[in-house]
Amino acid sequence: MNALDVLLWVVAPYVALTVFVLGHVWRYRYDKFGWTTRSSQMYESRLLRIGSPLFHFGILVVALGHIGGLVIPKSWTEAAGISEEAYHLVAVVLGTIAGVATLGGIAILIYRRRTVGPVFTATTRNDKLMYAVLAVTIVLGLVATVMANIVGGGYDYRTTISPWFRSIFYFQPDPALMAGAPLLFQLHALSALLLFAIWPFTRLVHMLTAPVGYLTRPYVVYRSRDEQRAGTRAPRRGWEPTSR
Amino acid sequence: MRVMAQLAMVMNLDKCIGCHTCSVTCKQAWTNRAGTEYVWFNNVETRPGQGYPRTYQDQEKWKGGWELNARGRLKLKAGGRLKKLFSIFANPLMPSIQDYYEPWTYDYDRLFSAPMQADTPVARPRSLITGEPTKISWSANWDDNLAGAPELAPSDPVLRKVSDQVTLSFEQAFMFYLPRICEHCLNPSCVSSCPSGAMYKRSEDGIVLVDQDRCRGWRMCVTGCPYKKVYFNHRTGKAEKCTFCFPRVEVGLPTVCSETCVGRLRYIGIILYDADRVTEAASVADDRALYEAQKSVMLDPHDPAVIAAARAEGIPEDWLEAARRSPIHKLIFEFGVALPLHPEYRTMPMVWYIPPLSPVVDVLAETGHDGEDAGNLFGAIDALRIPIGYLAELFTAGDPEPVRGVLRRLAAMRSYMRRLNLGQKADESIAAAVGMTGEGIEAMHRLLAIAPYGERYVIPKAHAEQGAQLEELATGCSLDYDGGPGMGGPFGEASGRPAPIAVENFHALRERQAGDDIDDAHELRGRVNLLNWDGKGTPDGLFPKNGKKES
Ligand code: HEM
Ligand code: SF4
Ligand code: SF4
Repeated sequence: MNALDVLLWVVAPYVALTVFVLGHVWRYRYDKFGWTTRSSQMYESRLLRIGSPLFHFGILVVALGHIGGLVIPKSWTEAAGISEEAYHLVAVVLGTIAGVATLGGIAILIYRRRTVGPVFTATTRNDKLMYAVLAVTIVLGLVATVMANIVGGGYDYRTTISPWFRSIFYFQPDPALMAGAPLLFQLHALSALLLFAIWPFTRLVHMLTAPVGYLTRPYVVYRSRDEQRAGTRAPRRGWEPTSR
Repeated sequence: MRVMAQLAMVMNLDKCIGCHTCSVTCKQAWTNRAGTEYVWFNNVETRPGQGYPRTYQDQEKWKGGWELNARGRLKLKAGGRLKKLFSIFANPLMPSIQDYYEPWTYDYDRLFSAPMQADTPVARPRSLITGEPTKISWSANWDDNLAGAPELAPSDPVLRKVSDQVTLSFEQAFMFYLPRICEHCLNPSCVSSCPSGAMYKRSEDGIVLVDQDRCRGWRMCVTGCPYKKVYFNHRTGKAEKCTFCFPRVEVGLPTVCSETCVGRLRYIGIILYDADRVTEAASVADDRALYEAQKSVMLDPHDPAVIAAARAEGIPEDWLEAARRSPIHKLIFEFGVALPLHPEYRTMPMVWYIPPLSPVVDVLAETGHDGEDAGNLFGAIDALRIPIGYLAELFTAGDPEPVRGVLRRLAAMRSYMRRLNLGQKADESIAAAVGMTGEGIEAMHRLLAIAPYGERYVIPKAHAEQGAQLEELATGCSLDYDGGPGMGGPFGEASGRPAPIAVENFHALRERQAGDDIDDAHELRGRVNLLNWDGKGTPDGLFPKNGKKES
């Protein structure tokens, strides 16, 4: 285990995680007004209506797959009676479908960003960086999976990468596990770390405020002028509301 | 009974001259910023016509508002909560910028910079969306004054409902103007469509607002509103809408559109209503019963039981007093001449209209009849199928009777008052024919025709003891704000803490006045627009730099 391994598989993940968490907190406090999807549907709808659902449903399945693969230990699924072969088959089939959907979706979205005039005009440098990192991460993930499982003889990341991933969260990081993983997986993990580090500073913040509360709240929202003022700073000293 | 107060408006369509002053002043006050170029919180459309955005009233296409499901319960026409969340990644019912219109400016610089040439240089239009040269083919009032009506009016969704034979022959032609703002509905489908709960109805005065800090750009409200009065700011990625000029009405001033209305046709006042009964009233089975149903949730401000219940809800005394003097209540109940716009959308709109008698009078005048004679007018109101049917589709879900009733009252007022003006004896029989008294007609005439300021606008101030919490005051001194409205922050213009509205407008106006090029956040600083220069001072860039002065 050399210094580079520690840097890549211990320091980098913690830095990325910290930036991810603190960045969101900071952004939420500093820039609520900028916290939006910045939807471009007004400009163009035809491509978006194919690309965006394809990408989003794809990436959500991919995200679930990552949770399943990285967070849930192999021993648990085995205890539940799911054999390695069955697990592998489901993971590869589902993962490939979702991965291809995601890739197709993001390809359409990027193509749209570049070729539709108004959408391109509304694309910031920040968006371009985000798209680059996002696309690289997705491509690397897909290529790593395809290379390992379909071209190669299969690679069981659940004995190396997954324990490493969990070890980060137990605060007992074990870089050796990751240092031995195939290069493509290493690159995928690194670009994902970069993605998480820039996440709070891009439009991707919209994911954290996915509106699930809509399912349960009453339809019409009433708010009083005084209990919650829209769009203003907290009252300054001496201006706090007095008793009603 | 849960009494709530609601600010409401009535517009008297007979007096609208279609001058668009209201739209322009509103735009100057609220939407003269990048991202809202295409947005008109107040717009004036010629009817028959397609409206703005095009054919927005066609709810089979746009699916705004509410409908009843098989069990007779209210549901959003565009689909329930789950459907909304599943279609959130690309909203299938979102109007595109072309449905509104692609905003543009002109290449004025060409007029100065063009080289010597045989032809006079022209300022070509440029799209404010792409920055490219464009061909102007639509706008917010492209079909103004029936322009292009033979081709355009047949697509008017309201006209299509009225007559199968859609081409309006010249003899049948009629027109009037319909100024529109957000309806500040009692049962707002925009609020109900907002997944993040950023939209809300203010409990004090019923104004419907978008919390700019909570809006996440899911853009479902745009679909939800059947009047298409929530707009998407394509620069900031947030929804914006008519605010009923809350900073003005909070201090007792009418909205900008009302204040500047050339026809003085807008009325603002308070309505008390029973919030517990809104859903029930919005769910009546028959579309045509919705007008009466909505009236039934509004409470009589003179009724002691209502007053007691309102006090129990903490509605201040001066608001109750204002509710009793409300011109809105008078126009809806006492005179019975105001009608809601498209009650069949089931949102319980709170901007009501006095339908225009002018299409009827015009027909009489054109055919050589006396357009002020009660008998002629009553006869024409009964006979003119198309205009009455059209008004009924707008205001009463197609039921012609209430519209006829209102027009007969207006007609009665017209001929009753003419006799008085000509020094003839008052004719009580005219008043009686429409179920009014001469006195009542004169009171209505005073409110509709003379319309003193203090009677048109009865707006109670927001409460002094809440003063420190009012939007602008709560931010401390509005000038202790550093920098512009967030432009150029780390995430582009949509970042930074929100600027107090006064400061934001100040900066926006300044930027606007100081720029004459295409609306681009990075290129706003430029030369002075002389149209906006009031002759005072010497703004930067107005005069050429003078070497001597500078030294
Ligand atoms: C589950 C929660 C999520 C919801 C509800 C959601 C919703 C949306 C919406 C409404 C848009 C705007 C589309 C438009 O009208 O232009 C959008 C755009 C986008 N979202 Fe998401 N999203 C979610 C999660 C994610 C995730 C996990 C990612 C990536 C890792 C992501 C990446 C993007 C990107 C890149 C765009 C920009 C598309 C474009 O205009 O080019 N989203 N999202
Ligand atoms: S008219 Fe106004 S309050 Fe009513 S649904 Fe539309 S935006 Fe909402
Ligand atoms: S200012 Fe008044 S008269 Fe002029 S268009 Fe607007 S509502 Fe009509």
